[in-house]
Amino acid sequence: MAKTLAQEFVKGLWEEVPPFRLVLGLCPTLAVTKTVENGLGMGVATTFVLVCANMLVSMLRKVIPGKVRIACFIIIIAAFVTLVELLMQAYTYPLFLKLGIFIPLIVVNCIVLGRAEAFASKNNVIRSVADGLGIGIGFTLALGSLGAVREIFGAGTITFWETPIQLMPASYQPFAFMVQAPGAFVCLGLMLAVMNLIGSK
Amino acid sequence: MGDYIILAISCILINNILLAQYLGNCPFLGTSKKMETAVGMAMAVVFVLVMAGVLTWAVNTFILLKFNLVYLRTISFILVIASLVQFVEMFLKKSIPALYAGLGIFLPLITTNCAVMGVCLINVSEEYTFLQAAVASFAYAVGFGLALVLFAGVRERILLARVPRPLQDTSIALVTAGILSLTFYAFKGMV
Repeated sequence: MAKTLAQEFVKGLWEEVPPFRLVLGLCPTLAVTKTVENGLGMGVATTFVLVCANMLVSMLRKVIPGKVRIACFIIIIAAFVTLVELLMQAYTYPLFLKLGIFIPLIVVNCIVLGRAEAFASKNNVIRSVADGLGIGIGFTLALGSLGAVREIFGAGTITFWETPIQLMPASYQPFAFMVQAPGAFVCLGLMLAVMNLIGSK
Repeated sequence: MGDYIILAISCILINNILLAQYLGNCPFLGTSKKMETAVGMAMAVVFVLVMAGVLTWAVNTFILLKFNLVYLRTISFILVIASLVQFVEMFLKKSIPALYAGLGIFLPLITTNCAVMGVCLINVSEEYTFLQAAVASFAYAVGFGLALVLFAGVRERILLARVPRPLQDTSIALVTAGILSLTFYAFKGMV
């Protein structure tokens, strides 16, 4: 069934939005969503890699031999991740420090490899870019919303460029559980449940 | 010697790779539905992670730092891990078929297991010595296995429970993982 370009793009925003619908790429989802800013930063970095890798894989899909395709895909992805790493180190150094080892770990983010294997290696360049962009933006929004929930309940504020915005009344006692590791799992689990609830109606 | 034991304990329990460092969560959820697959995955990870930790440490020290090529770290590490996994797979298939049959499909999956890559990067960023890196890799892998097998046990019990519809499957698994993570949290401050 052929889909239009717009459909390829939109499916990443709701129908197949990672990490909720496709349960992939959980590690960055859990690890960097302590704050909205980190979540969005990670999302944008992943989107960049996703779009570029999808584009290149799709261009080379007829050249790469089937047997060694996974290795080729990983090298392509690793090259773009290195690029992002260096760019972030140069231009957004504080964010680079906060995300730490999770930037090089985009290489092993199963979303990126998954899209290269499942979509880009079978479709033409424009469709692959649309797919990458859709999934990437969906992922960014998911990280941002999870980050927002955790930060608002965990700290009572939202911080952008080191200026905290108070969202909860001053008497609010921050619920530290949310920004710790256990809170990440529980929060993601509950968000998934809410998505299921909305989706099933 | 004491230092190594403390390092090992802190890697297994306090900084547990799955529940405190959030690495390797995809196989954690993917292979924990049955005890059998969980044990297979845990064994495969211990096997590969120790070798990958040692090898990437050597690559980093003797090649990348020496020739000032640190910016190639991501690419070289993933190449080492991918080829290592391929090599281990071929070696096991030929010489220890019983173990190969046991690990089966879990071996190729390890290439994209971020626990492996993550531990290699942690070893490097903490500037461990060779022995420390080896001990830490092994301990992280044991911690991974421990958490995975515990979680699989819990999940097998959940199958029998009545879970509200929206919470079913992955959702309840994540909440359970959160509770498990909370128990590991209690180890904090032990060392």
